[in-house]
Amino acid sequence: METFRRLFIVAALAGLISGIFITFVHQVSTTQLILAAEVYETAGEPAEAAPATDPAASAEGTTHTHTDGLAHEHSAEAWGPADGLERTLYTGLADILTGIGFSLLLVAAYRIWGGQMTWRTGLYWGLAGFAAIVASPNLGLPPEVPGTEAAPLLDRQIWWVATAVLTAVGLALIFLGKRYWWAALGLALIVLPHAYGAPQPAEHVSLAPEALAHRFIVAATIVGLLFWAVLGAATGYFYNRVFKDVAA
Amino acid sequence: MQTNNMSATALSTKTSTRAEALTGAFMAAILGVVLVWGVGFSHIEAVHNAAHDTRHANAFPCH
Repeated sequence: METFRRLFIVAALAGLISGIFITFVHQVSTTQLILAAEVYETAGEPAEAAPATDPAASAEGTTHTHTDGLAHEHSAEAWGPADGLERTLYTGLADILTGIGFSLLLVAAYRIWGGQMTWRTGLYWGLAGFAAIVASPNLGLPPEVPGTEAAPLLDRQIWWVATAVLTAVGLALIFLGKRYWWAALGLALIVLPHAYGAPQPAEHVSLAPEALAHRFIVAATIVGLLFWAVLGAATGYFYNRVFKDVAA
Repeated sequence: MQTNNMSATALSTKTSTRAEALTGAFMAAILGVVLVWGVGFSHIEAVHNAAHDTRHANAFPCH
């Protein structure tokens, strides 16, 4: 329990710092592009945007069919934060929880590895995290602004998780493996999900202009790099402080 | 003999410390997965709406 307690303290501090930092970065980068895209998305949904002419439809919500053939209902009462401060605060909360979650995974890996950590070694681990969680999955499933047609959600989630895990294991084999064939196996694991291919929609439809979609890919990837760099350096720094008495 | 006993004790302490460290690390990793899954992958619509902008920015599959 002592190890868990210390790991949690390290992850909570690092997650809080990187989460708050990235909330500010999101507000001036990705969120601006999301809001711009939502203008096109709302304009492209006449059925949902016309409650005045058909009050019954808005009261009962709207049913639509996705490319997977499954109809589902967007209930009109589904809660969502109001635009403005409330939405920003929920984004901040989600950013902090994501930061703590990924920090927990990083510090767990530090403890299992058992080597000496500093802010700089933490930064290296963070860059590996960026490769596994952002860069590799984004190659197959680029970051999308709202209003983009995509393959069925569950297929994409499975491919995303498989790609992130395979890339992380592959990088671990390359950096920490003892024999040359471990590194070869690591490379193969990183290539595997891309050779298989990410799930694609039947047809690519985007309500937002392509220039906006492209800017979002660049913004989300660079913000991801900043997030993982701060996350790695912060976890490395606090891990070093909290586990100073523990010999590797 | 005395030395042997001492090194055996030291070894067993080291093993139990290692086991404790691994258990703690796995508990931390599981909590981390639960947090990331909740924010990024939960299908509950209210959770999706609350974390919407974070999901898009992190390129978690969404909608």
